[in-house]
Amino acid sequence: MSREDVLVTADWAEQNLDTDGVVFLEVDEDTTAYDGGHLPGAVKVNWTDELQDPVRRDIVTKEQFEALLSAKGVGNDDKVVLYGGNNNWFAAYAYWEFKLYGHQNVVLLDGGRKKWELDGRTLTTDVKDRPKTSFTAAKDADVSIRAFRDEVVDAISAKNLVDVRSPDEFSGKILAPAHLPQEQSQRPGHIPSAINIPWSKAANEDGTFKSNDDLEKLYGEAGYDGSKATIAYCRIGERSSHTWVVLHELLGHSDVKNYDGSWTEYGSLIGVPIELGSGN
Amino acid sequence: MCGAPDQAVALPPGTDLSKETVLAGRVIAGGEPVGGAFVRLLDGTGEFTAEVVSSASGDFRFFAAPGTWTVRALSRAGNGQYELVAEGPGLHQAEVAVA
Repeated sequence: MSREDVLVTADWAEQNLDTDGVVFLEVDEDTTAYDGGHLPGAVKVNWTDELQDPVRRDIVTKEQFEALLSAKGVGNDDKVVLYGGNNNWFAAYAYWEFKLYGHQNVVLLDGGRKKWELDGRTLTTDVKDRPKTSFTAAKDADVSIRAFRDEVVDAISAKNLVDVRSPDEFSGKILAPAHLPQEQSQRPGHIPSAINIPWSKAANEDGTFKSNDDLEKLYGEAGYDGSKATIAYCRIGERSSHTWVVLHELLGHSDVKNYDGSWTEYGSLIGVPIELGSGN
Repeated sequence: MCGAPDQAVALPPGTDLSKETVLAGRVIAGGEPVGGAFVRLLDGTGEFTAEVVSSASGDFRFFAAPGTWTVRALSRAGNGQYELVAEGPGLHQAEVAVA
């Protein structure tokens, strides 16, 4: 898959805001960001209750995903352009879910809201209603890109375990990213044998992804073994979606899974091994 | 799960400043607050740690840990940064001028 199949530029997006068959969906960590201004014509998706089951801790089911996209007016033939704040974390999480349910015609707006805003491009508070559709997911959840806890434990010292959190979260110094309260009760640390390659190293300051050459170099220098299967994780699975996009979509590694249970699950399991410290 | 907190000056209820290390401050340009700036927290090695968007009044806030931090702001009015040493828990303030 070429880079153009995964990313579109802000220039491309600006020229295609009104193109038939192109739907812009905004997914933000801060779920109020859309309401204060968004790309003209874009539709809001709330990751907290639309991309996750409202009761169980899980992603939405195939049926929930179909109902969501039908309600948002996304058709099976539409090209979906995902973007959001915080360097596209949650847009990348949505991208991974789209791929999980087999919608191949999906791209990320490179740089997301940040680049768009720093460029001074147009934002609007107008909300455009899209006619409802009848969206059908192309397949059941594709577990070849999703890891569960038991296979994560089995992957210790066997696969690449890529912990994409910040070094202080990896070492156990803090439990959550530094813009969130440090209130979690589970144990700090990381999965033994994991290598720490923070998601942020894959992004430029303006939120765009680094070049493929720079990315290859970054992972190579950090000890990533391209001949092995990979599981990426973070705290709740959204930053690791960003890295999943890098490894699976941009660099084309074939066996890469996102562990969306991530540290909030692993760090709460009874009896599993945990390592503290920088690991280097 | 928590979303991004409101980046206003007031701390969330229950914040215990005897235990938590809070870095808070304002982004300014020519003495005026800059809202909508992207404020990045870098650790002592320059590694990215977190990013928030400043409020309309230019305010931002991070929950961190004692140590040396750089607060870097990107905005349409320009970029700038501020270095800060948090020797222990409590509220540590930073003013980041961008130009």
